[in-house]
Amino acid sequence: MNVLLAILFLMQQTPDSLSTDTVEIVRPAPPTDVIAMDTPNDVGGSVSVQWEISEDDGKGLNNVILYNVFRGQSEEGPFDYIGTVGAGRTSYDDQTVEKDKVTYYYIVKAQTKEGVESEASNVASGKAAPQWFHHGRWNILILGILFALFFAFYIRMAKGKELFIRKIAGLDAVEEAVGRSTEMGKPVLFCPGIGYLYDIATIAALTILGRVAKKTAEYETRIIMPNYDPVVMSAAQEIVKQSYTEAGRPDDFNEKDIFYLTQDQFGFAAGVDGIMLREKPGAIFLQGVFYAEALILAETGHSVGAIQIAGTDRVTLLPFFISACDYTLIGEEMFAASSYLSRDPVMLGSIKGSDAAKVAIISVILVGAILGILGGLNIGPFGTWFQSLVNWFGRG
Amino acid sequence: MRRQIPLILTFLTGIAIFIAFFIPHKPFNEVQDILLDWAIIIAGFALLLGIHSLLRKHITHIKKKDGGWGYSLILTFFFVGVFTVGIFSAIQYKGYSLTPGSLLYFVYDYMVIPLSATMFALLAFFIASAAYRAFRARRLNATLLLIAAVVVMLGRVPIMENAFFNFLSRFSDWFMFIPQMAAKRGILIGVALGAFAMSLRIILGIERTYLQ
Repeated sequence: MNVLLAILFLMQQTPDSLSTDTVEIVRPAPPTDVIAMDTPNDVGGSVSVQWEISEDDGKGLNNVILYNVFRGQSEEGPFDYIGTVGAGRTSYDDQTVEKDKVTYYYIVKAQTKEGVESEASNVASGKAAPQWFHHGRWNILILGILFALFFAFYIRMAKGKELFIRKIAGLDAVEEAVGRSTEMGKPVLFCPGIGYLYDIATIAALTILGRVAKKTAEYETRIIMPNYDPVVMSAAQEIVKQSYTEAGRPDDFNEKDIFYLTQDQFGFAAGVDGIMLREKPGAIFLQGVFYAEALILAETGHSVGAIQIAGTDRVTLLPFFISACDYTLIGEEMFAASSYLSRDPVMLGSIKGSDAAKVAIISVILVGAILGILGGLNIGPFGTWFQSLVNWFGRG
Repeated sequence: MRRQIPLILTFLTGIAIFIAFFIPHKPFNEVQDILLDWAIIIAGFALLLGIHSLLRKHITHIKKKDGGWGYSLILTFFFVGVFTVGIFSAIQYKGYSLTPGSLLYFVYDYMVIPLSATMFALLAFFIASAAYRAFRARRLNATLLLIAAVVVMLGRVPIMENAFFNFLSRFSDWFMFIPQMAAKRGILIGVALGAFAMSLRIILGIERTYLQ
């Protein structure tokens, strides 16, 4: 019993209570120059507190391990604890502010690993407020408006004129691929990858599907489309149905050929491979979002002797497609496909607008490279100009 | 009206998202979250459509005894089996059907993962066959590709430690960080602009193929 009581007595002895008898308490220096201000570019409800680190943080006594932040409703206090950040840090965002446009007061204390806090810092006051514009996104807005003007200009210019668009071999081959399938009496397989309807590449794939389905309807060739996402499947069914209706062959549309497979990546790859081996399509379109299964699909398609037209916006997968497929739409070519195939002047105008934007970007890159080189050689103010350019593009 | 209403909805949604990107103030900051919630609800219901599509296709195959109907039978059998196991596990573990120890976890661990890993492993063989075709030095482009690939491979996985392989290793790093990165970023800029142009075409109703 006595032993048990002795153990309980020792357990009640916290390090602090023991240290009062044996170790001298050394308070660290408090953080200085504390300021509090509204957190920029937010919805309100947040105040950013900033300070200069304690003299004992990483130097001096070097015993600071964290900073405790306290908030009060008046300058005199009381101050309630609201959060902690580690040593070396100089800011804390208080996201628990209940009311905007009300002044709150903050103090910060440094703390040692023994749990000893410094004296309080100076008191700083700040108010939270919501903003109506995200100032870090000026560059995106300006570039967006500029590029939109390019598009608008070329779309306007395109009306009633024939614009020159360079030949895209992969898109010119669409008719050839469908025609070849028809001659061989084999179906066309369209695989939209494993993306969702909110992926821009999947939307681009569906616009290509509309054109391909119209060709298959005209040639009376069967089109098979296994799907990874049921939402994409539903959209694809409607697109193919409409294409068959526009081609004057609504009765040839078979909804069961646009079907759901699975949402497991490699299950989908196995399913599509199986379809390729059983149905032996004459043409395969691999358009949309792909990951590791890309080469599995493309190589199987190659092994069945199909003409393959691939397209994706995933740069890392392009080498796979280029190696295994007959034609590959590289990035932007895929987004231009629908416009290119439709030959609609307004749609073609937007491609020209995109090209103009590209020329503008190349010009900025060239100017930046020249400024960077001259700045690196310490010639005139070019270094400062280069840094300003980098900062402007890198903001937000 | 059948075409106008979707076009108006697309325009309004596109503009709302665009504005919300620049305005952190309420209610604009909530637009994206609300639309994401809607998308999740729609995806949930769409899954029922997917299951309907899958089963209808395969049950029709079995009924008509089309070529390869045996595969359809296996698929339907396992669909019903795993579905039953899933429901059973969900009841047993109060909704957490993939809890370690549950029957569904067993199916996932001992069937789904090994099958996926098997498919993934096939990639090694497909890479070899695709590389063999791509690297045949028939044209100048293919020859350059072959040289670049050999240099990068030997540089990344040097056979031995000597001055030649050290040079290859440094050259491989330079090749990946300078010419390769420049080409990749060029494509990425094109992709970003293409996506921007396409988004603009969709929002303004110029591109309509997707909602035919």
